[in-house]
Amino acid sequence: MLRPSVLAFTFLAAGLAFASPAAAEEKFIIVQSTTSTQNAGLYDHLLPIYHEKTGVEVRVVAVGTGQAIKNAQNCDGDVLFVHAKPAEEKFVAEGYGVTRADVMYNDFVIVGPAADPAGVAGSKDVSGALERIKQAEAPFASRGDDSGTHKAELALWQASGIDPTADSGGWYRETGSGMGATLNSAVGMGAYALTDRASWIAFGNKGSFGIAVEGDQRLFNQYGVILVSPENCPNVKAELGQQFIDWLLSDAGQSAIADFKQHGQQLFFPNAKTS
Amino acid sequence: MQDFGAAFGQAFALILSGDADLLEIIGLSLRVTFSAVALACLVGLPLGAALAVGRFPGRMAAVTVVNALMGLPPVVVGLGVYLMLSSAGPLGVLQLLYTPSAMIIAQAILVAPIITALTRQVVEDLHGEYDELLRAMGARRLATIATLLWDARYSLMTTALAGLGRALGEVGAIIIVGGNINHVTRVMTTTIALETSKGNLSLALGLGIILVGLALLVNGLVMGLRSSAARLAYA
Amino acid sequence: MHDGLQRQAVPQAAAAPRAATGIWPLELHDVSFAAGGKALTDRLSLRLRPGTRTVVMGPNGAGKSLLLRLIAGLIQPTGGTITLGGRPADAAARRRIALVFQRPVVLRRSVAANLRHALAVYGVPRGERARRIDALLALGQLEALAGRPARVLSGGEQQRLSLVRALAAEPELLLLDEPTASLDPQATAAIEALIGQAAAAGVKIVLVTHDRGQAQRLADEVLFLHRGALAEHSSADAFFNKPSSAAAQAYLEGRLLL
Repeated sequence: MLRPSVLAFTFLAAGLAFASPAAAEEKFIIVQSTTSTQNAGLYDHLLPIYHEKTGVEVRVVAVGTGQAIKNAQNCDGDVLFVHAKPAEEKFVAEGYGVTRADVMYNDFVIVGPAADPAGVAGSKDVSGALERIKQAEAPFASRGDDSGTHKAELALWQASGIDPTADSGGWYRETGSGMGATLNSAVGMGAYALTDRASWIAFGNKGSFGIAVEGDQRLFNQYGVILVSPENCPNVKAELGQQFIDWLLSDAGQSAIADFKQHGQQLFFPNAKTS
Repeated sequence: MQDFGAAFGQAFALILSGDADLLEIIGLSLRVTFSAVALACLVGLPLGAALAVGRFPGRMAAVTVVNALMGLPPVVVGLGVYLMLSSAGPLGVLQLLYTPSAMIIAQAILVAPIITALTRQVVEDLHGEYDELLRAMGARRLATIATLLWDARYSLMTTALAGLGRALGEVGAIIIVGGNINHVTRVMTTTIALETSKGNLSLALGLGIILVGLALLVNGLVMGLRSSAARLAYA
Repeated sequence: MHDGLQRQAVPQAAAAPRAATGIWPLELHDVSFAAGGKALTDRLSLRLRPGTRTVVMGPNGAGKSLLLRLIAGLIQPTGGTITLGGRPADAAARRRIALVFQRPVVLRRSVAANLRHALAVYGVPRGERARRIDALLALGQLEALAGRPARVLSGGEQQRLSLVRALAAEPELLLLDEPTASLDPQATAAIEALIGQAAAAGVKIVLVTHDRGQAQRLADEVLFLHRGALAEHSSADAFFNKPSSAAAQAYLEGRLLL
């Protein structure tokens, strides 16, 4: 017959067996990333190539750009890979990062329902389109989460002289969640939304939605990479992190990015300045 | 609705394919969940029993607090554990953030109040029956607690199952402290969250169906074990 | 005779090592117990000595069960004192006292495991337990049921288990609270036989019962309680043949004591 102590020991042993670190003593780095690159599937394409070449495992934590920067400020990552240039430059200027380098770009698009209640489909003028959405009080789903896309969206409204947050809760709806969740909400509500093109192409729940506005210069979306400062964060794996950054910016890395396609379309365009 | 049909199709296709990634994710889900519940039981069973048997000032307040903690929001727990384990936090040196251990800690914190509160209730009921006998026998406090825990063991299995249910379906805490890193901290629930955000709704739902099936399987196994063992001790 | 019962009725003075925890005489001095503003036991004084079988009788509500619980230390008097061997009761002295309830409380384990649990609580070394369990099973004629879950046993079997479990403590005083109240005659006979064996081995018996026949079969002396007070304390012979108190007279004649 089992005694309580035996039972307790069994639980404990089981717990420890489960909890013991299973991961091999493999070399790895942690990349704090925006969600669009992960949702589009870029890492599933790039990381196996990199691992094959170097044996280093890259662990990606994909959160909004705002949160990724905060996590990196807390030293919870070795490399920051996001898309909000002003915030990234501030990150470096404040000593949290070493240097910032352009990696690649794509563009933002405004997607909307086939019914097009604001009549903006086919437009190349972002400001005009936003103006008409406000006039029509057509629903617009915003990320509202301090992400790179959210920052870009707010900048576009500002450039158009509109303060949409005054109508928050009316036609302007801040979801406070990630790109995918916001697109799901937009499709559900029949609302327009700003998204990066890669996320849109990879998105699987488009419904009747299509791209309404694209091609404006101001819709440019630059991705940058930064090594978290080992001076600020002694635990940062500076050498391994820098090695990954160097590879991303190298000819090999840049062409790997260019090779990545979904539904036959290239999603990210390499534009590193070195090499 | 066609999504549901597609979801069941996806679920069966995934199971039949024996997809290696899926098996890895299921394995990690089970490992994290069982470890967290085991840890929570180590703390919650004795603590709940002590609350049931003990007579000390503030006991009612302690019971109320534990009962209230059953409703701890996972995101808050995730955030708290993140702040503790972050490199900038007090336990940063352990370098546990973004590992399964961090997920186990967060879930153990979520589950421990459930185990404690339900154990308190179960043991208190049994204590009402055994109290005079054990006191007449001169059993000390620790022996009393051990006796009650052992004799309540089949009811306590249901308690553990309640904790298991909470842990297995939980996403808010573990996605913050685990980071949903592919092949490292990606489990069923975080995969479902990710696929939902990618708009792959039928795949997400299919994974959800597999998760429910997994919960059914675990519950069925434990209840089967319980009833066959309980027949030996009860009428 | 089984080892649980082999202790002799050793005179107090001869039992030198045990003298420190000797519980005789067991005395109640003006013991009162009140609950909810109502006195359930009122200034009760009595002295119990080893070697005799004491039966406690009295109408419902007279405070019989309360008396056993006070002696066993399960409840504390609200007035007066209880002394064991001239000293206030302590844990060591209480260990010499065992209590059997009217409704048997058995653990959710096998019969043998119930006994093993009791032996562990009583501090019997691990190595001795198996032998003691066998002896206790034989004493209670429970050998065939050793592996059965205790809670599936009949009421009589459960009470036999409770009784031998109490004897596992090797008590000097065995308190029994209407142990056969809900049992059939065969089961009652088995319990009475066990009580007789324990008494013969030197265990002091204090038995509460409503059953006059049982009292006559077992009692050396009778305590008669009425309204929380001791109405009569006399030999069995005297009590049943010429009770001195009016209350006891009325009770024995089957009249309601109002």
